[in-house]
Amino acid sequence: MKVSDELRSYWKPLSESVLAIMIGALIGAIVLWLSGYDAVAAYKALIEGSFAAGNFAETLSKSTPLILTAITFAIGARTGLFNIGAEGAVYFGAIAAVATTQALQDPLSGILSGLLIGALWMLPAALLKVYRGVHEVISTIMLNWIAFFIASWLALSALANPQNQNSTVPIPPGARLPLLVQNSTLSLAFVISVIAAIIVYVVMWHTKLGYELRTSGQNPRAAEYGGINPRIAMIWSFLIGGMTAGLAGAVQVMGIPPSYSISQGLANVYGYGFDGIGVSLVGRNHPLGIIFAGILFGALNAGATQMQQTGVPLEMVKVIEGIIIVAVAVPGLLDLFTKLFRRGGP
Amino acid sequence: MNETMIVGLILGSLAAMVPIVLTSVGATISERAGVVNIGYEGILMLSAFFGAIFAEMAHSGWVGLLGGALTGLALGAVHGVITVYFKGDHVIPGIGINLIGYGGVAFGILAYWGTAGQHQVPSYAQITPLWMDAFGNSLSPMVPITFIVAALAWWILFRTPFGLRIRSVGENPEAADALGINVELYRFTAVLIASALAGVAGAYLSVDWLGTVTKTIAAGRGFIALANMVFSGWNPLVALIGGFIFGFFDNLSIYIQNNPWLAGTIPWQFIATLPYIVTLIVVAGIIGRARPPKWDGRPYKRE
Repeated sequence: MKVSDELRSYWKPLSESVLAIMIGALIGAIVLWLSGYDAVAAYKALIEGSFAAGNFAETLSKSTPLILTAITFAIGARTGLFNIGAEGAVYFGAIAAVATTQALQDPLSGILSGLLIGALWMLPAALLKVYRGVHEVISTIMLNWIAFFIASWLALSALANPQNQNSTVPIPPGARLPLLVQNSTLSLAFVISVIAAIIVYVVMWHTKLGYELRTSGQNPRAAEYGGINPRIAMIWSFLIGGMTAGLAGAVQVMGIPPSYSISQGLANVYGYGFDGIGVSLVGRNHPLGIIFAGILFGALNAGATQMQQTGVPLEMVKVIEGIIIVAVAVPGLLDLFTKLFRRGGP
Repeated sequence: MNETMIVGLILGSLAAMVPIVLTSVGATISERAGVVNIGYEGILMLSAFFGAIFAEMAHSGWVGLLGGALTGLALGAVHGVITVYFKGDHVIPGIGINLIGYGGVAFGILAYWGTAGQHQVPSYAQITPLWMDAFGNSLSPMVPITFIVAALAWWILFRTPFGLRIRSVGENPEAADALGINVELYRFTAVLIASALAGVAGAYLSVDWLGTVTKTIAAGRGFIALANMVFSGWNPLVALIGGFIFGFFDNLSIYIQNNPWLAGTIPWQFIATLPYIVTLIVVAGIIGRARPPKWDGRPYKRE
C-alpha cells in the first residue's frame, strides 16, 4: 500500500469519529438546556478543566486506565469478540498490585501481578466461550458483577487498612510509580499505558500471532482453512485483553497520589472497563486511535469535576459518551451527513 | 423455616421474576425477528426513571408503566433505525444506550429531584398490591399480567400469521422477502415491541417492586434477561420458568442480606454474587442445546 493510500484509509474513520464526537456534544448541550442548566458555561468549564495549562496533566492521568481497558475491548473486537469484561479484571489487577507490593516492595512486582491476575480472571469467560459457546457479552457482564463483590470483600477484609476504614492498605512508598509532573496525579503510569498500546499495535499488525487473531476475527472459517485454530486465537484474545485491563487496575493504585490505595466501594477503580469500550469504539478499535480517543475521554473525565462547580452533575459526561457511541454505531455516518448537505445545495 | 417465610420467599421470587420475564419475552420477540439488542439494561434504567416521573405527575403507578413503555419505545426506535434501516452493527448501539442509561439516571435524579443517587417514589405514585399480609409480603397485579404477557407472546409467535412472519424474517429473510413480506417493517416492529416490554419492566422496578429510583436500579437485570432468553430457547413460556429461577436467587440474596443472623455467617458479598453465578452455570449448562434464530444479529440487505 502506498503511503498516500494508507493515509486516506485513516481519513474516513477519523472524520467519522470527529463527527460522532460533535453529535455527542450537541445532543449533550440540548439535554443540559432542557434540564435547565447553562450549557455554554458548563462546556466552558469542561474544556477549561481539561485543557487549561495546569489541568492537562490531569487529563493525561485520567486517560491512562482508559487507554488500557480500551485495548482489552479492541483486541476482542479484532478477534470477533465483544469482550466487555475489562471492568472485573481492573478490580483484580488493583487488588493484586496492593497485595503483592506489601510483600515485595517494588513496582515491577505490582505490575506483573496485575498482568497475571487480569489474564487469569478472563480465563473463565474464554473457556465458557470456546467450550460451551456462552456468548461473551453475557459471561463477562456476570463476571464483572461477581468480581465487584469479591474484590470489595477482599478490600474490606484481607487488605483492610487498620488506620483508615475508607481504603485498603496503601502501596508502600518503594513500589509507587514516580510522578511526571509535581502536584498532579500524572505518573509514569501514562507512559506505561502508551508503551502497552504500541506493543499491542506491533503484536496485532506485525507478528504471526496478531495476524492469526485478526484473521479469525474477520473470517473464522477462512482462518481454519488456513491452518489457524480460531479457538486458540479467542483464548489468546481474552488473555492479552485481561493483561492490559489488569495492568490498568495495578497502575491506577500504584500511580495516583495521595492515597495509593483502593477506596471504599472500589470507587477509584470503578467504571474504567465500561468507559474503555467507548474509547475503543471512538478510536476505531486501533491501538493508535485509542491513545487519542483515550486522551479525549480523559479530558471529559478531568473536566467533569470543574463542570460540576457550575452545578451540572458529574454523570453528564457519561451521557455524552453514550451518545457518541450510538453515533459511532451509525454506519456510513459521514456519507449520510454529506448527502444531507448536498441535498440542500443546488 | 415457618410458613410466613416460605410465603415471603415465593412472593418475593414472583416479584423479582416480573422484570426479567418481561424483558426476556421482549428480547425473544426481537431476536426471533433477527435483531439482537444488548441495550435492555439501559432501557430498564431510563424507563425506571421516566416511569417514576410519569407516575408522580399523574399520581398513578399505571401511568408510570405507560411512561416506561414510551421511554422504551423511543430508545427502541433509535436501535431499530440503526440496525434495521441503516444495517448497522447490532451490539454497539446497545453499549451506548446502556452508558446513557447509567449516566442519564444518575444525572437525572440530581437534576430532577435534587437528591444524590436515590429517590423514594411516594406511595401515591406506586401501584397498589392485589394482596398484602401483616408481615409486608405482597402480590403485585403485575405478576399475573406478566404470566398473561408471556402466554400471549407465545401464542402470537407460534399460532398467528403475524408471529410466523416475525419468525420468518429472523430465520430466512430472503425467503420471506421473496414471499412479499416487508422484512424491515417486521423487524422494526419486533424491536419496538421488545423495547416497550423492557420499558414496562423498568418502570415496574421504580413504581411497583422497589418503590425507589437509584443510579444502579437495573443491577444487571437487562443482561440476566438475555441469559434467560437463551435459557428458554427463545420461547416465552419457558422464559417464565427461567425467570422464576433467576427471580428466586435474586430475591434470596436480598433476603439473606436483610437477615443478620444468616448474613453473619457468610460475607454478604458472596451471597450477592449468587444470581450472577447461577446465571453463568445455567447458561453454560443449557447452551449446547439452544439454537438461536438463523439470521439473528445479521442485517438483511436485499440483493
